[in-house]
Amino acid sequence: MPSRLEPQAMPRRDFLGMAGLGSAGLAIFGSIIGMVRLPKPRVLPEASGRFKIGPPSEFPPGTVKVIPEHNVRIVATERGIAAMSLVCTHLGCIVAEAPDGFHCPCHGSRFDADGKVVGGPAPRALPWFPISRAADGALVVDNSGETPSGTFFEV
Amino acid sequence: MPKNAGFALIWNNLLTLPRAVRESFARRSSPTSDRARSQSIFANIFLHIHSTRVHPQALRLTYTWGLGVASAALFLILTVTGVLLMVYYKPSLDLAYQSIKDIHYVVPTGRFIRNIHRWAAHLMVIAVILHMARVFYTASYKKPREFNWVLGLGLFVLTLGLSFTGYLLPWDQLAYWAITIGANIAASPREITDVMGITRFFDLGGFQKDLLLGASAVGQEALIRFYVLHVILLPLLLFVGVSVHVWRIRKDGGLSRADSSTTSAGKGVGAAQPLPQPPQASPSKTYGLMCVVKGRTPATNQNMDETVPSWPYLLRAELLVLMVTMFVSLVLSYFFDAPLKEMANPMVPENPAKAPWYFLGLQEMVSYSAVIGGIVIPGIAWLGLALIPYLDREKSRVGIWFEGATGRAVVWRSAFFAAIAAVAMVAIPVKFGWLRNWYPQISQIIIILINPGTILTAAYALWSLYVLRRSGSTRLSAIALFTCFLVGFVILTTVGTYFRGPNWGFYWSPSDWPVH
Repeated sequence: MPSRLEPQAMPRRDFLGMAGLGSAGLAIFGSIIGMVRLPKPRVLPEASGRFKIGPPSEFPPGTVKVIPEHNVRIVATERGIAAMSLVCTHLGCIVAEAPDGFHCPCHGSRFDADGKVVGGPAPRALPWFPISRAADGALVVDNSGETPSGTFFEV
Repeated sequence: MPKNAGFALIWNNLLTLPRAVRESFARRSSPTSDRARSQSIFANIFLHIHSTRVHPQALRLTYTWGLGVASAALFLILTVTGVLLMVYYKPSLDLAYQSIKDIHYVVPTGRFIRNIHRWAAHLMVIAVILHMARVFYTASYKKPREFNWVLGLGLFVLTLGLSFTGYLLPWDQLAYWAITIGANIAASPREITDVMGITRFFDLGGFQKDLLLGASAVGQEALIRFYVLHVILLPLLLFVGVSVHVWRIRKDGGLSRADSSTTSAGKGVGAAQPLPQPPQASPSKTYGLMCVVKGRTPATNQNMDETVPSWPYLLRAELLVLMVTMFVSLVLSYFFDAPLKEMANPMVPENPAKAPWYFLGLQEMVSYSAVIGGIVIPGIAWLGLALIPYLDREKSRVGIWFEGATGRAVVWRSAFFAAIAAVAMVAIPVKFGWLRNWYPQISQIIIILINPGTILTAAYALWSLYVLRRSGSTRLSAIALFTCFLVGFVILTTVGTYFRGPNWGFYWSPSDWPVH
């Protein structure tokens, strides 16, 4: 009767068999990980999130401009210039402007004028993007970054 | 040796050429005895997946409604029409939409073939769901068929996956926005990781989305990925899965049927050939080598006298189902065209943007919370279905619809309860709003966790526990749960299809939609 105190030696044949089986399993597991590596891109194949929107002179206070190819809305006030995303934080539809803010056409999320969630399934506010200036003086919006709501870039 | 003997020989061979070719092809002539009939099934590479003999009850239309065979027939139709569509379809951003347009308007029969592909896809989803309901309500998932039930649930997911991936390929507005929504559902675990503040280290949602789209938005990368999944990977998996599914039917003892079913052989399907009577002294049933090797083959336990040969009875029934399925697909395709909207435009979403109809129940729940409605609840429902045969192990009346009168009452009561609960869960948020409208400062995690979808799911679970407590029967409890999910699915799908308009608002009819 084998016990914990007197362990029975594993027959060599069993050990080799287990070792063979184990290494085969490990090899298959490793190759599956390797195969998932291929479809998971290291770099997303798209343009940089930074784009120029023009010189500050194009944005006098009171200007509201939507840049549809980036789904970004630029607002210029006395406090400065800000950029807000128009992509719904729920499931990626493009929100439409309404008198009381923004409405999402897909599942009815509602945001106020600053992008704060006021209704529907959206989990978080519409993100605001950082604005900076390029060497040539043009304003640059970076839609890969995020800045707290209410951050205006002072020209 | 006569001079022309060689020519006479070859002349004779030429004359009998058709018969010689036919015999070499079929290996045996049309069977006349039961033994020969069995052999024509057993020895044919395509037919041998059938058992050589079947019980007449397996052929009764009102037992199976031919739904499994119809699903397989639709898969066959989809494969054939799909290969035809591949001749012209080009999975590229610039060409995809144009090639579908060409198929629809220019290619001879292109529109008809595309319509058939579309309709067969819809019908396959219906057939698979009804097939699952039939198997469930006749208790056909009971031992030894538990694994085949789980396998069938896997095939159900593959069916939905195939139709989801196919939805993107036309590259029209409908496709683009449905897949955008779908891909963002895949990314929605972020809602949870965001709340926990760990998205930077562990971004499961982002990983799933990257894997699916290969980019941060639906584009060329996503199109080619969906194409590969749709035309090769998923069909291959489905084919292998269906083969195992059909093979297990036979290995698990043939189609389920009531224990008490004693039928005179061939009743309702024509009489079987009388079997040769064995001599008195010999055993009443002989076993072939394969049965001995197997050790336990349930099919060998049944009395041979009760069965009929698969050739021609089963084959005839299958052919009939195939013909009916094709007929329905063709008629629908003749009268109703598959839709094709404007070309995909990433700047202007469809309003309302609706997924294919069988996902609209999900979309209804997603409109409360993406991660809960799109991933957690479907995951729980699927897991619940998969566990049914392992949790409900009591001996029950296999092969009887709804377990008889008691079960039928449970079905009616559960359907009633499920319908009221589902309608209430749609009506209350429409009429009174939900947590965010009542308490605007409420924490996001509460909004995610406590939504009409989770309450509905919890109500269904509680109902099935209540039935379990009242009846003490796991089978009746399972019937209650399954009926609830089925009725809930139907009601939410109906609401999503007919009563949702722009901004996912509730409208009694599309004529009430605001003009915009």
